[in-house]
Amino acid sequence: MSSKTAKQDKALVVDSLAMRFGGLLAIKSMTFHVNEGEVLGLIGPNGAGKTTAFNAITGYLRPSEGSISYRGSSLVGLKPNEIADLGVVRTFQKTSVFGGQSAFDNVLMGLHRRQKQNALEIIFALPSVAAEERRMRDKAHEILDFVGLDGRAGELGSALPYGEQRLLEVAVALAAQPSLLLLDEPVSGMNPSETSSFMNIMGEIRKLGITVLLVEHDMRMVMGVSDRVIVLNHGSIIADGSPSQIQKNPEVIRAYLGDRYDKAKSGSKGKKRAQG
Amino acid sequence: MNRALEIAFVVFLASVPFWLGNLYYLHILVTTGIFIIAAMSLNLLLGYTGQLSLGHVAFFGIGAYTSALVSLGFDLSITENYTFVLEPKPVWFAFLCGIVLAAICGWLIGRISFKVRGAYFVIVTISFAEVVRLVALNWIDLTEGPMALNNIPPFTFSIPGLWELTFYKKEPNYWLVLALCVVSFVIIRRLVNSRAGRAMIALRENEPLATSVGVDVTKYLVLATIVSAGMAGAAGGLYTHYVRIVDPDVFLFIYTVTMVIMVITGGKGTLAGPIVGGLIFGILPEVLREFAAPEVQWMIYGVLMILIVYFLPAGIIPALSQWWQRRSQSHEQVTQGAAE
Repeated sequence: MSSKTAKQDKALVVDSLAMRFGGLLAIKSMTFHVNEGEVLGLIGPNGAGKTTAFNAITGYLRPSEGSISYRGSSLVGLKPNEIADLGVVRTFQKTSVFGGQSAFDNVLMGLHRRQKQNALEIIFALPSVAAEERRMRDKAHEILDFVGLDGRAGELGSALPYGEQRLLEVAVALAAQPSLLLLDEPVSGMNPSETSSFMNIMGEIRKLGITVLLVEHDMRMVMGVSDRVIVLNHGSIIADGSPSQIQKNPEVIRAYLGDRYDKAKSGSKGKKRAQG
Repeated sequence: MNRALEIAFVVFLASVPFWLGNLYYLHILVTTGIFIIAAMSLNLLLGYTGQLSLGHVAFFGIGAYTSALVSLGFDLSITENYTFVLEPKPVWFAFLCGIVLAAICGWLIGRISFKVRGAYFVIVTISFAEVVRLVALNWIDLTEGPMALNNIPPFTFSIPGLWELTFYKKEPNYWLVLALCVVSFVIIRRLVNSRAGRAMIALRENEPLATSVGVDVTKYLVLATIVSAGMAGAAGGLYTHYVRIVDPDVFLFIYTVTMVIMVITGGKGTLAGPIVGGLIFGILPEVLREFAAPEVQWMIYGVLMILIVYFLPAGIIPALSQWWQRRSQSHEQVTQGAAE
C-alpha cells in the first residue's frame, strides 16, 4: 500500500450535509468521515436520518446542502451507478434481491462492474466474451461461498429464507467490487446465531481491505464489529468515538442507548445462560 | 445434446418447402416467420427489460418503407430549385438502410422516453407509431400515401458475373426468412445470456438494486431498444420485398397487438416464447378459415387468447418448463425411493 492510503486517510468525507423534504428537516447538519479500511458504525434512534444519509451518499437522493466526497471526488449530483463505479456500493434496509433469479444469477448480475464485454463483442460472440463468462461464473461461486450460500446457488432469490436473502444481498454488493461498502441494517430480522455468523463475515470483509459504513440497531453487532461509532440524533451527530467510549458517553445513553443497551446486554446474557 | 436438437429443428424447418407441396401454406409460413422476427424483437424489450412498446409496428413500418424507397429510388424537392434524387439501389443495401434507420429511430425513442418509464414509454411509443403512420399516409410525394408503393423489387442473390437468383418464388423467400429468424434468435440469445442481458433483467427485477451495483439504466434500456427496433426493421424489410407492395396500413395498431399477443401467450422473457406464440397465432387464423366464418374466427382467436392468459399467466413456455421440472423431480423421487 502506498502512503496515500495510510491508516488514517479519510475515504468518505461528509461535510455539513442537510436534507429537507418540503418543510421536513430530515438531516440538520451532518459532518463525519470514514477512514480508509475502518468499520464505522452509524447508530441513532429510528427517524434520526440514517437511511436518508445513505440515500444521499449513494445518489438516490440529492442533498439539499453540503458536500460528500469519496477519495477526493465529489459524489453530489452523480447517479447511483456512477457512484458504484467509484467503488461505493450499498445494501438496502428493506431486503432487496433479484427475486425471480437464482442466487447464482443474483451474484452474476452483481458482477456487472467487473465485466468488460460490450454489445458488439457479445453479438459476434468473440472468444474473449466466453472466457470472461467462465471467469465470472467461477467468481460468482467464490463470492457465494464467501457468504456461505454456495449450497443455495440454484435457489430463487425470493425462495430463500429471510436471513439468507440478507446474506445474498451482501454477496451481490460484494460482487460489485466495493472499496467502500455501506450496509443498511444488514442483520435486522436475523436470529442471534445468524447474526453471529454475519459478524464473522464482517471480519472477513474487513480482511479484504474494504471500508465499511454500517447502520445497525443490533448493539451487540455494532459494538462488536466497529472500530469507531458515530451517533446521530435528530439529524445531527452527537457523539463520535470508539465503541467503549460511546457506551460510556452520558449524552448518548440519555439520547438513545439507555434502556435499549441494557436490554441488549441482558439479552445476550440470557442467551449465554441458555447455551450453558 | 441441446445444440444437436436445435440444429435438427432448423434442418427440419429448412426441409419444409420440399414436402409441403402447397404454395399457399408456404406463404403463410413466410408471413408467420416475418411476424416471429418482429415478436422476438418485441420480446427483447417487453420480456427482458419489462418495457412495453405499443408502437413497435412503427419500427417494422420504417424498415419496410425505407427498404422499399431505397430500392425503388425516389426524388424529393427540397427547395424550389434543388431536388434530391436517389437512384434505385440494390435490394440488400436498401434492406440494410431499413435496419439502420429503424435502429436510429429506436435510439431516439429510447433516449427521449426512458427518462420517464412505464406508462409514459407506452404512450410515447403509441404516439410515435401514429405519427409515422400519418407521415406515410400524407407525404404523398415520397410515399404515394394510400396509393401504396408498388413494384418493389424482390431480393436477389448473385455471385457477380456467374450466377444470379431473384427471389420471385416462395421457396427462396422462405429460406431467407428462416435464416433471419435463426440470426435474430442467436443475437437475442447471446445478448440475454451476457452482461448486457443480465443488466436488462436486473433492471426489470429491481431497478434500485441494479443501479446500486453499477448498472447504467439508460444505457441498457436504449441498447435494448436499438437492437429491438433494428430487428423489427429487418422484419419490415423482409415483408416489403416479399409482398412487394407497401401502404400505410403496415402501421396499423392491430399488428402491434398481434406481436404483443404472440409474446405474452408464448411466454415473455423466454427465448422460445415468441416462436411458439408466433406459430400459434400466425397459423391459427388460416386453419380456422377453412371451417369458420370470419367473425367466428376472430371470436375463437379471442377466446383462445383469454384461455391461455387465464390458465397460463406466464405463457406457454414457462408453464411447459415448470411441468417438465416437476415431472423430472417426481421421477427422481420415485427412482430414489426404489433404490432405498
